[in-house]
Amino acid sequence: MSQPVFYVSPEQQVKDRAEFARSGIAKGRSVIVARYGDGILFVGENRSKSLHKIAEIYDRIGFAAVGRYNEFENLRVAGIRHADVRGYAYDRRDVTGRMLAGAYAQLLGTIFSAVMEKPYEVEMVLAEVGATAESDEIYRLSFDGSITDESQFAVIGGAADAVGQVLRQSFDASMELGAVLRLAIQALIADPRGGNELTANALEVAVLDRTRASARKFRRLSVDEITALTTPAPKASPAAAAPRRRRKATATSGASGEVPTTDAAASAGSGKAATTDAATTSVESGSTTISRKSRATGSAARRAESSAAPAPAEAEAVGETVAPKRRRAPRKTPDAQ
Amino acid sequence: MSIDTITRAELGDPTSSFSQFLRLTSPELLPGAALAHGDAHLSPTATTIVAVATPTGVVLAGDRRATMGSMIAQRDIQKVYTADDFSAIGIAGSAGLAIDLVKLFRVELEHYEKIEGAPLTLDGKANRLASMIRSNLGMALQGFIVIPLFVGWDLQCDRARIFSYDATGGCYEETGYHAVGSGSVFAKGSLKKLYSPKASLDRAVEMCVQALFDAADDDSATGGPDVARQIYPVVITVGPDGATQVPEKQIAVTTDRVLAARAVRPDGPEATL
Repeated sequence: MSQPVFYVSPEQQVKDRAEFARSGIAKGRSVIVARYGDGILFVGENRSKSLHKIAEIYDRIGFAAVGRYNEFENLRVAGIRHADVRGYAYDRRDVTGRMLAGAYAQLLGTIFSAVMEKPYEVEMVLAEVGATAESDEIYRLSFDGSITDESQFAVIGGAADAVGQVLRQSFDASMELGAVLRLAIQALIADPRGGNELTANALEVAVLDRTRASARKFRRLSVDEITALTTPAPKASPAAAAPRRRRKATATSGASGEVPTTDAAASAGSGKAATTDAATTSVESGSTTISRKSRATGSAARRAESSAAPAPAEAEAVGETVAPKRRRAPRKTPDAQ
Repeated sequence: MSIDTITRAELGDPTSSFSQFLRLTSPELLPGAALAHGDAHLSPTATTIVAVATPTGVVLAGDRRATMGSMIAQRDIQKVYTADDFSAIGIAGSAGLAIDLVKLFRVELEHYEKIEGAPLTLDGKANRLASMIRSNLGMALQGFIVIPLFVGWDLQCDRARIFSYDATGGCYEETGYHAVGSGSVFAKGSLKKLYSPKASLDRAVEMCVQALFDAADDDSATGGPDVARQIYPVVITVGPDGATQVPEKQIAVTTDRVLAARAVRPDGPEATL
């Protein structure tokens, strides 16, 4: 027997659909897209080396999304196709972030208001790096097709407000890459459901680098580069030193341990709420790992403890990125592998 | 989602191929879409391309002339291009179509890399080009013949490779060196005497300049170096560090050296018996 049909007011319908989409998006982890001196930085927590939340769309245009993986993957592919067809039919310079953002807004808006379709549970950012810092553009797009032009940075997904707050405190778009990256990591840790620290292995980082010689400005950072950048020692050589042709380097390094912070992030599309599992504590033995001992509340105590970690310099660096406000009960010290 | 869509997605087809996507959505944008029988005389012809492989990389070079019948249509046409980070392509034949095909091929490689998150293997690129040439067979039969020469550094087996094609899309791997286009017979004859498998990349660049000079010497459709206008061959090298175009200044120096030697011995270096 068919269900009786009730009248639902358009207001209620939109509200319900927005509620549905919003709760889906909040389940994942945040992604930050922020300006820095030489371009635009993308940072997100992502343990998967192959399922990306951050991607290249065109020469100067990058993409970041949170929510259901299959849905934002559709959006990513659609964006690449749209851009490539346009660049092929006209000229590569005729593909602009504004144009693509408009196309995305249309697409998302249409899906959101189509009664027979489920709204997309995604939030995304489209960023275009300009020839100068003034012409950088960051657009944030919501599940309903609404579009916001962000002047400094955009945070999407997870506890976006909490993360944005930390970021706002000391953000400055003229900072160099390493400083913005460290700040972004610190902000990501502010997610109350997140882990205590983020290792280079657990991060997906990419840049749209204005200074890059190639026409394609998008570049993923390898685990080694992320480690070098997040270690505020003077030796840290920033992205400039990065071997531009070794894009696959990332894949080789992340072979070992799972760091047991949270995470539904790697499987952003799974729809499961993030849970923490104290039983699965194991920590990668690599020197890049930030010690979990550094969970003590006072920063002095944290430093003292972390200095006991195998690589003092790194632990120190990590100590700085560990957010002071931890709401979870301390876990057991992990076994070294 | 329909079964049809799922199956197509599983086969990776046409999801990551730009040219197939274009065929489905905007076929009018494909190279030569609106050309008809008998139009072949309307497009100029691009001529000689040479390639030389060495242990440290491969050199691809092309002369700059395009002809329409006995007339020189363009003096400074570019026929060799980098295809992506680790490969380069040169095209002889119907110029308008050839340049469109190169443009499509470059987008094809980049599109695949962006969608799949990893570049195609060198064999994959070579085969992709073969099927694009094959799909142009109808045009070839109408006189719009396009013959590419594809070179690249194979990251899997760490060596330089050269692929040649015929108009039906047949793809053949060449060893050492190869040439295509109207002056290819003379260029290959020249390379045959100059080539040495252990040559350095710089020597290989010089071999290519010599071979193109020999082609221009005997083939009216191939342009020699134009010193007065400073038009020199376009030369691209591809090695483990990637594909780069050799700066024009460097080619000018090499060309000057070749010309000076030819002023003494016009037929080029003498082979030892």
